Amino acid sequence: MKTYQLPEVKIERDKDRCIDCQVCVRQCAFEAHIVDEDGEVYSEDEKCVACQRCVSLCPTNALTIKDNKPFVKDNANWTAETQKYIWKQAETGGVLLTGMGNPKPYPIYWDHMLLNASQVTNPSIDPLREPMELRTYLGSKPDKIDIKMVDGEPVLNTKLAPQLMVKTPILFSAMSFGAVSYSVCEGLARASKELGTFWNTGEGGLPQNLYEYGPNTIVQVASGRFGVHSEYLDAAAAIEIKIGQGAKPGIGGHLPGEKVGAEVSRTRMIPVGSDAISPAPHHDIYSIEDLSQLIFSLKEATEYTKPISVKISAVHNVAAIASGIARAGADIIAIDGFRGGTGAAPTMIRDNVGIPIELAIAAVDTRLRDEAIRNRVSVIAAGGFRNSADVIKAIALGADAVYLGTAALVAMGCHVCQMCYTGKCNWGIATQDPYLEKRLNPDVAAERLFNLVRGWSHEIAEMLGGMGLNAIESLRGNRLHLRSIGLSTEEMDILGLQAAGSPMA
Amino acid sequence: MKRVYTKEEACIGCRLCEVHCLTEHSRSKNIIKAHKKEFPRALSRVLVEELRPVSFAVQCRHCDEPVCVEACITGAITKDESGKVVHDEEKCVGCWTCVLVCPHGAPRRDLERKKVAKCDLCPDRETPACVEMCPNRALVYEER
Amino acid sequence: MKGRIHRRNISGCGLAGMMSEDGRLMSGEGIIRSMEVLHDRSNGLGGGFAGYGIYPDRQDHYALHIMYDDIKAKEMTDVLIDEWFEVDAEEVIPTRKVPGVGKAPLLWRYFVKPSADFNECGVCEEDYVIDAVMLVNSTVEGAFIFSSGKNMGAFKAVGFPEDVGKFYRLDEYEGYTWIGHGRFPTNTPGWWGGAHPFTILDWAIVHNGEISSYGINKRYLEMFGYKCTMLTDTEVVAYSFDLLLRRHNLPIELACKALAASFWTDIDRMKAQGKKVADVYEALRMVYGGGLLNGPFAIILGHANGMVGLSDRVKLRPLVAARKDDMLYIASEESAIREVASGLDKVWNPKAGEPVIGELRIPVSNTDAVRELEETVA
Repeated sequence: MKTYQLPEVKIERDKDRCIDCQVCVRQCAFEAHIVDEDGEVYSEDEKCVACQRCVSLCPTNALTIKDNKPFVKDNANWTAETQKYIWKQAETGGVLLTGMGNPKPYPIYWDHMLLNASQVTNPSIDPLREPMELRTYLGSKPDKIDIKMVDGEPVLNTKLAPQLMVKTPILFSAMSFGAVSYSVCEGLARASKELGTFWNTGEGGLPQNLYEYGPNTIVQVASGRFGVHSEYLDAAAAIEIKIGQGAKPGIGGHLPGEKVGAEVSRTRMIPVGSDAISPAPHHDIYSIEDLSQLIFSLKEATEYTKPISVKISAVHNVAAIASGIARAGADIIAIDGFRGGTGAAPTMIRDNVGIPIELAIAAVDTRLRDEAIRNRVSVIAAGGFRNSADVIKAIALGADAVYLGTAALVAMGCHVCQMCYTGKCNWGIATQDPYLEKRLNPDVAAERLFNLVRGWSHEIAEMLGGMGLNAIESLRGNRLHLRSIGLSTEEMDILGLQAAGSPMA
Repeated sequence: MKRVYTKEEACIGCRLCEVHCLTEHSRSKNIIKAHKKEFPRALSRVLVEELRPVSFAVQCRHCDEPVCVEACITGAITKDESGKVVHDEEKCVGCWTCVLVCPHGAPRRDLERKKVAKCDLCPDRETPACVEMCPNRALVYEER
Repeated sequence: MKGRIHRRNISGCGLAGMMSEDGRLMSGEGIIRSMEVLHDRSNGLGGGFAGYGIYPDRQDHYALHIMYDDIKAKEMTDVLIDEWFEVDAEEVIPTRKVPGVGKAPLLWRYFVKPSADFNECGVCEEDYVIDAVMLVNSTVEGAFIFSSGKNMGAFKAVGFPEDVGKFYRLDEYEGYTWIGHGRFPTNTPGWWGGAHPFTILDWAIVHNGEISSYGINKRYLEMFGYKCTMLTDTEVVAYSFDLLLRRHNLPIELACKALAASFWTDIDRMKAQGKKVADVYEALRMVYGGGLLNGPFAIILGHANGMVGLSDRVKLRPLVAARKDDMLYIASEESAIREVASGLDKVWNPKAGEPVIGELRIPVSNTDAVRELEETVA
């Protein structure tokens, strides 16, 4: 069928600069650059996904990719995008698919919050001279500890639940082997070890070669139960039950058979080439009691040595759900906001289901405190953290730590072209094609991830010191250090914030 | 001695090593001029061998016992005290004997100039251009 | 709350405390003199004191010190007090006219015991008293209970501390522990209740500094039922001590380690040296992270059995301590100690976050909780 779709970008090739080296041709898995029989290189705009791989690698900066939103007659309702979706579906009859997080211009609440700093009455603390503590323990804590004196020395008389200690309140979010390449997993695992934090296998299992990184690994148990076996659970530092994902609340996952090669097949324990389908719900969890059973099954299986996390997407009733999860025995609740990424999701779901993580953190933290059970669980927030300021604001709202998914991918080269579901990722990230996967050297990946988190941690320390605080726990849930700007009173109420300009109280 | 080693698992077959080798061995050392304005064009001394998904860059290995040195009929190829296999263009007559005997296929024929071109480890740079410009660290320059 | 003080005060201040570990009684004149030396650390917008052992004749009664805006506030409060307590005596707090102290609210004190039927509430006696105090302070317009301990009392006003001391005729009281405070608030509610000390039960806190972690300390304490009605950071210090010492039975040293926590590097070092106490410190930080007091502060805590001086974990506010015979002195400046004691045995600058602890040699055993606490400490 003749496509009615119009190219969205324009590839500009500066012929004066192009040396016909064909690097672009070789790098584009979408075949947007072509070399003819005379050795001359040209481009086909309609194939370009704007991943910028060719631009980044072009040795003479001869390439520019420009926005070329197709012109449709001015119409606020029938925009080029809405028409594009219709053309696509009229041609395929299928569900619109996409990758990465919600790109719609919903309010980004982070950009409506301002941080505090000390002046005169309270000295700011210089992180270059004074200790600045970001260390965080994730897991269930009792409300009080009991001390007994033995020979005049205090001794702990309370058995503490297992904890994950992170040197900085930043972890890597669940991204499954299969959805992402092995190199990504290796990069995440190695960076986590060096940073003193954790990466998360997602539902793709733990590749055999990465078992040595188990002490820095959170393994997931998702509805498809792929790759779950006793060694997998034993290898991990913590286990996460995945109920939902911010990019696609309420639905399951689907790894197409083309991405299931020998290694993915071995790791997920499914036949080569078969689709890996994760059902929307866990079919053994239809209620909170069922969740509790799975939590305790996993605790029993690992002899109560590992914290159990439950990951949910941020939906309307997230606060009550989180409270239920805390009472069901989870040690950690991971909440994924609607800007959280994915390898593949139906566009309509990604763009229209769920709520922003900012509101979810505030609602959950408030609810858990109202019920006086905040100590029982740690809260990890996920879903579109772009920089260290977002992270520190999340902590001030009440999160214990954050998960980075998209930011980690961007650090490794991702340019958020949203084509993950095609398996043709030119950056070697969301692909299982050995030719493409090689493009991400795990050495480079690990180093870039390490640098990113180190940079963010420095910035967090700097901002923390500016507020006159030297331990991250003094900011956690300390919403007085945040002020809102440009929000409605209702939004401020949910976020628990006062307006910028209102005095300390 | 330091040599250029290839990490085949990281080579992505982009051939940027070739582009930068050529530039480094051009008269102007300007990437655009070297490719578009200089005639005869300089020749890259590194060649990427590729059978997807496998690829790797090959250049002179600066062998401990270089057969090319023995085979060269004019004495143009010698091994210097540092261990580097050097090629004297002045003496080269373009007989291609070295091309014939090299087990790695490293020497390249510069047909325009009737001379052999081979890796000289970029004497003007600290790190050879191919190594420095590789976007995926598939080439390393190190002592082993 | 009452529309009068609804903003947190940021203040610099001067503080002093003295106690006899033998429990010898001293007139309040000494602490007034000590505070007078620190005149420049306050600006006349608040001064206050707490004395322990001052009501020996009614030591089994809770002494409620209450300030009223008007007689209507008193009438409303009296209804609640009669409902919650059995009142043994009720009187105006004696004062004298002092030029530096302006118009006073109505100042009353009541000596009370919980109503006979309080046990039906299912809470311990102390929690019952706290509930009553919080009820009055958060609901009765124009009434404020600013002292609620046994055999102790807080006295505070707008004015320089030495004037406030004279106003309340503290020279006529005798106590074994005295703490004092002069404020330098950087904004001015001009409300008598805003002066230090802040008290709950027999815990009295005087504080110099700003608790930058206030926002989370408040929310943390709210989980345990405390209502931070005065929106002052000092209030959270008082409640934190009540929580840690009385309700969670932590020894004083460890309560201080929770509030001014050791750095992780120090805890890690202790761990590496095989010191078991490192596990306790680690657990304290994990469990009481929300209670950690962060930001510059120096505080003196008075309580029935003693006195504690504590500075923040990097000591951003001054605190000096001294001992002579059975006396322990703590103050913002050494001069405040030298003024009232000569020939000191020892003067020292306590390290950041290291508590200075004074304890009565023979503890006052006025409640089960304190008794339990002593057992734990012992």
